[in-house]
Formats: sequence, C-alpha cells, structure tokens
Amino acid sequence: MSFTVMLQQLAEGMLRSMGIFFLTLLFSLPLGLFVAFGRMSKNKILQGIVRVYISIMRGTPLMLQLLAVYFGPYYLAGAKLGKNWRFTAIILAFVVNYAAYFAEIYRSGIASMPPGQYEAARLLGYSKSGTFMRIILPQVIKRILPSVTNEVMTLIKDTSLSFSLAYAEMFTIAKQIAAKETSFVPFIAAAAFYYVFNAIVGFIMNRIERSMNYYT
Amino acid sequence: MSLLEMNHIRKSFGSLEVIKDISLKVDEGEILSIIGPSGSGKSTMLRCATMLEKIDAGEIRYMDERIAWADPDGTKHYPKGAELKKVCSYFGLVFQSFNLFPHFSVMKNITDAPIHNQKRNKEEVCEEARKLLAKMGLSDKADAYPCQLSGGQQQRVAIARALALNPKILFFDEPTSALDPELTGEVLKVIKSLADLHIAMVIVTHEMNFAREISDHVMFMDKGVVVVEGSAEEVFTTDNARMKAFFGKLQH
Repeated sequence: MSFTVMLQQLAEGMLRSMGIFFLTLLFSLPLGLFVAFGRMSKNKILQGIVRVYISIMRGTPLMLQLLAVYFGPYYLAGAKLGKNWRFTAIILAFVVNYAAYFAEIYRSGIASMPPGQYEAARLLGYSKSGTFMRIILPQVIKRILPSVTNEVMTLIKDTSLSFSLAYAEMFTIAKQIAAKETSFVPFIAAAAFYYVFNAIVGFIMNRIERSMNYYT
Repeated sequence: MSLLEMNHIRKSFGSLEVIKDISLKVDEGEILSIIGPSGSGKSTMLRCATMLEKIDAGEIRYMDERIAWADPDGTKHYPKGAELKKVCSYFGLVFQSFNLFPHFSVMKNITDAPIHNQKRNKEEVCEEARKLLAKMGLSDKADAYPCQLSGGQQQRVAIARALALNPKILFFDEPTSALDPELTGEVLKVIKSLADLHIAMVIVTHEMNFAREISDHVMFMDKGVVVVEGSAEEVFTTDNARMKAFFGKLQH
C-alpha cells in the first residue's frame, strides 16, 4: 500500500472521528447544563439520581460504557437493533459520558459566582431565567473555558475508543493497516492527524478565550 | 403618604438575633441615615427592606400597602412573580461592593434592566442614561468596562444604574466603605446632588459628617436595637452615653 493511499484511508477515518467529535459536543454541551441544574437542584431525589449518574460516568471506563450501550439492549431486552445502531450507540455513550464531565465544570463555574451578582440582578428586576441567561451564564462561560478546552481536547483523543465497537474511525483504520502491512507508520500518521486536529481546536479555543479578555 | 414603613421587624441568623423589634418610616423625598457600629444590624435592616432577607416578625409596607409580613406562628408572606417585580420597581439598592456586571459596558450596565425588564424604548433609555452619566461626571466612560474604572467611578455607575429604573426610594448600604477618602468624597458629592431630585434615600453609613449634613432623620443602632433617633442635630448632640462613646471614638 502506498503512502498516499494510506493517508487517504486515514483521512476518511478522520472524517468519521470528527463526526463523533462534533456530534458529541453538539449534544453534551447543552445536556451538561441541564445535568448541572439537576446536580444543584434543591430536590433531594433528583439531586441524588444525578449524583449517582455522574459518579458512574466518571467512575467507569468510557470503553466499557460504549460496550454497555451497544450490547445492553440485546442482553437486557433481546432487542435486535438495525445497522445504524453502532454509530447511534457510540454517540449516545459519548454524549452521556461527556455531559457528566461538562456538568461538573458548569457547576464549579456557577458556584464560583459571587452572590452579589444575583442580588444586584434581582433588585434590577431580572427574572430568574433572565438573571441566568444575561448575567450569570456569560460570566460562567468565561470562567470555565480553560477547563472546557481540556475536556474538548480529551474528547478528540477519546474518539479512538470507538475501535472497541469496530467502528471505522481513524484509529480503527490505522490499526487495521498497521496489522496488514506490519508497519508502525500508520500509527505515526494517526498521531499526526490527532495532533494537528488538536492544535486547530486549541487555536480556536484560545481565540475564544482572548475574545473574552475585555473584562476581568 | 409614607413610602416605606417597617414595623416591629425581627430578624435572626440561627440563634443570633440581629434585629430586635425595629420600626422605621420614610416619607417621600425624605433622607434617613442609619449609623452605628459594625454588626449592629444596619445592613441587615436594608437587606430586609429590599427583600434580600426575609423577616422573622413584623411587616413591611410600601406606598401604604402591606407587602411582606410574618405571622406570629412564623409563616412568612412574600410577594412573588409580577407582584414582586412591581414592588422591586419602587426601590433601588447601592451595594458596598458595587456589584456591577463586569461583562457589560458602563452604558449597558445602566440600560440593560430598563430595556429588558421594564420593556422601555431603547433610544429613550440610552438618552436618559447619558444624562445620568453626565450627572455622575462620567460622560466619557459610557463605553468603558467596570474593570477599567476606579472604585469611586464604579460606585457612581452603580448609583446611575439604580436611578435608571426611576425608583421612589434609594437604599445605600455603606456606599463608601470600600473607597479611599478621595474617592469617598466624589461619591458623597453625587449622593448629595441626588437630594435635590427629591428622591427618598435610606443611607447606612460610617461617614458621620455626611450623615449629619444630609439627613432629615438619623437612627443610631447598636446590637439590633435603635438607641437614639431623631433629627440629625438631636442625634449628634444627644446625651446618650452609647452614642457619645461611639461618636467620641470617631474623633481620634
């Protein structure tokens, strides 16, 4: 196999990896906010459920969670799910896992806001949702951005865990080529792909952070 | 008609009773100063009046209407939703620590609430805000962010922000305690200039000369009770030993 053919195949895999990456962020970032609300809820039952959910998500390997989501319906209910189930299961597992991590980041940011901001907003007639959307959330986003960047970069590399469900994302392909060609080159190429993608994401996140530097 | 009446207010934090049966009354255009040592319950009184804290006993009336009260059995009645919004429109509060919104420019700090919460016309609100900023001596700071301003400038923005909602009564919670003497002077000057607007004010302060000069009525509080009250002259020339001790220490 020529070097260019290998790169081409890896690039195709990279597109699938990016698919997992973007879909996961698209759903887990907002979902994490709702999980954070549940975690901070005054309702003890809801708070308890969310606590258990977060602790399981953070306390067990993501690879195991991928397997559990993919095979779970069959072993638990004998459900035979269609061809698309593999990809759906991957997105589902990634989203619920990352939402748990994002929730804890949101929670730390929200808890770090001084009570005076809430009090000032209240006296100026902001509703509860108005206070959160206009006053609290924009400041929280600035505060948590570095932690979110960390998590997003981890996600890029975590997409490679999809190999455990034999989904043809980049790392799975790299392994296949490496085995077939008995070569280490595909892995080096894969590393380069991850690194470049991470560098781009890092650059963008840095720009977003800088765009919020106008206040402290 | 009295703007604000607080009758037989009690407030405890845990087992610590901070306010022990205090009543006060503020008429239209009246300026009331509350003075006294730290921990005497002055700020708590303001926080109760602005409903940031809930009273344990007594009642709060705005515009001769009973707004909040606690039954003898401890049940608390507080307005909610639209009712709360209406009551909040009667008053404004200026905090010791300013509490400006750091992500909003000075202009937006002042105009966001009137535009968003009172649904007023944007141009009209901005025009009014510019006038307020001019009055505060901050015309050139409209586009600045709070972090670019001195403490005194931030506090003047906070005053403008409260005034933009056209409150009938303005509360000041130690507005100059976080400022050095120079900055204190500029903030006090602005507060004095508000007296001409005939807006009622309740000022918790440690600036005795200022309180004496500006107030129609002065309350001296200590350990949750009102020790002396009356006109500024009455309070500052009282024979009360506690007040004299407090005032004497200030002279050093």
